[in-house]
Amino acid sequence: MTGCSEIAEKLFSLDQAVEKFIYDGCQLAIGGFTITRNPMALIYAIIRKGIKDLHLVCHSNGQGMDILVGAGCVKRLEIAYGGNGRYAPTCIRFRRAVETGKLEFEDYSNYQMALRFLAGSLSIPFIPTRTGLGSDLIRFEGFSKSTRNEEKVAGRKYARIDNPFSPETEEVALLPALNPDVALIHAQHVGEEGTVRIKGLTFADLEQAKAADKVIVTFEEIVSRSFIRQDPDQNSLASFFVDAYVKVPYGAHPTACFNFYDYDPGHLNLYRHMAEDDGRFEDYLAEWVYGVKSHEEYLGKVGIDMLLKIKASPGVGYAPGLDRK
Amino acid sequence: MLKYSNSEMMAIAAGRLISDGDIVFAGTGVSMLAATVAKRIYAPRAVVFFETGGIDPALDEIPMTVADLRVMSGTALNSGLIEAFSTVGHRKLHTVAFLGAAQVDKYGNLNTTCIGDYYRPEKRFSGSGGGNDVASLASGVITFMQHEKRRFVEKLDYLTSVGWYRGGSSRQELGLKRGGAMAVVTNLGLLHFHEETKEMYLAEYFPGVTVDHVQENTGFALDVSKAREAAPPTAEELAILREEVDPQGLICKPPE
Repeated sequence: MTGCSEIAEKLFSLDQAVEKFIYDGCQLAIGGFTITRNPMALIYAIIRKGIKDLHLVCHSNGQGMDILVGAGCVKRLEIAYGGNGRYAPTCIRFRRAVETGKLEFEDYSNYQMALRFLAGSLSIPFIPTRTGLGSDLIRFEGFSKSTRNEEKVAGRKYARIDNPFSPETEEVALLPALNPDVALIHAQHVGEEGTVRIKGLTFADLEQAKAADKVIVTFEEIVSRSFIRQDPDQNSLASFFVDAYVKVPYGAHPTACFNFYDYDPGHLNLYRHMAEDDGRFEDYLAEWVYGVKSHEEYLGKVGIDMLLKIKASPGVGYAPGLDRK
Repeated sequence: MLKYSNSEMMAIAAGRLISDGDIVFAGTGVSMLAATVAKRIYAPRAVVFFETGGIDPALDEIPMTVADLRVMSGTALNSGLIEAFSTVGHRKLHTVAFLGAAQVDKYGNLNTTCIGDYYRPEKRFSGSGGGNDVASLASGVITFMQHEKRRFVEKLDYLTSVGWYRGGSSRQELGLKRGGAMAVVTNLGLLHFHEETKEMYLAEYFPGVTVDHVQENTGFALDVSKAREAAPPTAEELAILREEVDPQGLICKPPE
């Protein structure tokens, strides 16, 4: 790649990045939310590599979470929401794995998971909140006692304390911080000097990136230093937070990427249909993940017609009039 | 007489509960339609926003999830989850949140996690998402339910999101300073909560529905003494819903 000599040593291919940073048993956070900006190309590369026993820490990572669980890469899951809206009210492989006892799982809420990443990014061990009080999120520990002793697993799910600054009783819940081994983020732009720009909603991506020990950023487009610095208020993450950059146009497909492309309703419906049956799901993985050698080959299978249909319109950032049924 | 579907009646009944100036936390599906209908008819100064961080989106097209690109398009402001939840719980704002659930109890507590044992459920659902958070932090929660006995239960299989907890002042005693269950909107009617006991009661039944039918489909005894028939949707409400809010009929299908 020309024009990115400043980050040349951090530029990787998908397979190289997985090889260097992802290993069996590591704790992983993935950016995006339900069917938007999941780092799918990187997730497919992880599945192809046969990575096992991941400890996935999620808020609402619908599609990326579901396929990692379905492909058998995940041993342990901390999660707030396993759903894809109208395309799967409950993510199907996630549901199946929980119902058949194939997964260690623990439930939190979205705000709680975002706060846990924030605490990790601030290098503080825990963070207080009012959410969760009185609910079964607090009453039921998901993980077993033996799991609690493992690395990167909090010693307990919640604690409660009385406000130490007030003479009156005021109870709050405490949440353990998260510092994942690796965060995977998909962004729209990276400057040739490494600055990352995420457009649209950022969800908890920035907290995840700053909380993680290592950060891999896949991105749509590399842009010049002058472009990325012309409007620095738009930028999301400084280069020193990032350990690896991978250029992957359409790297979030079939999830959406604001200003670049919409979600692919046909593919999400296909996935949902295939995920309903164990055998068909294996066929899906064989065809769309194991059966392709590169992301370019994958996009070739998606087809130019669909890629043009989901192309975002400038101004609105999505594909107006797309058939989304 | 005007013809309308159940989901249209629900969207409109819920929309009528929004006050002008409310900050409305919308989910997807019928709740988003309710928020949009409210804004266009009864509460023009209400602001619709999403848990993912999009404030006041243009909503020229219906979003299919709360992270749909359509919730971040034409907004006043885009942010992240932390900022979004700081808005829901903000002490200066009156925030009303829409939720859905698999089960509700008589105090408006919600289950969106599982049926059966938590560790090995018969049926697993998506989980809390932001549900617990908005139920904990918002000024009030309106819940959409299908009105069935197995969904209106004496005891939840899992308490995901707190409504009035165990009734009376028990919610405040937990440390949840404000908020609570405002209303439940179902395909049969509208339920409110007693001021003191915080127990659910039938406030309105939809045209064509009987009080007995509502009780038969509720898994606990319901006070129906205050129940009256709801006003059917007006021509204006239906026109706005069908022509402006969901013209593709992605969520509310008009009657056959």
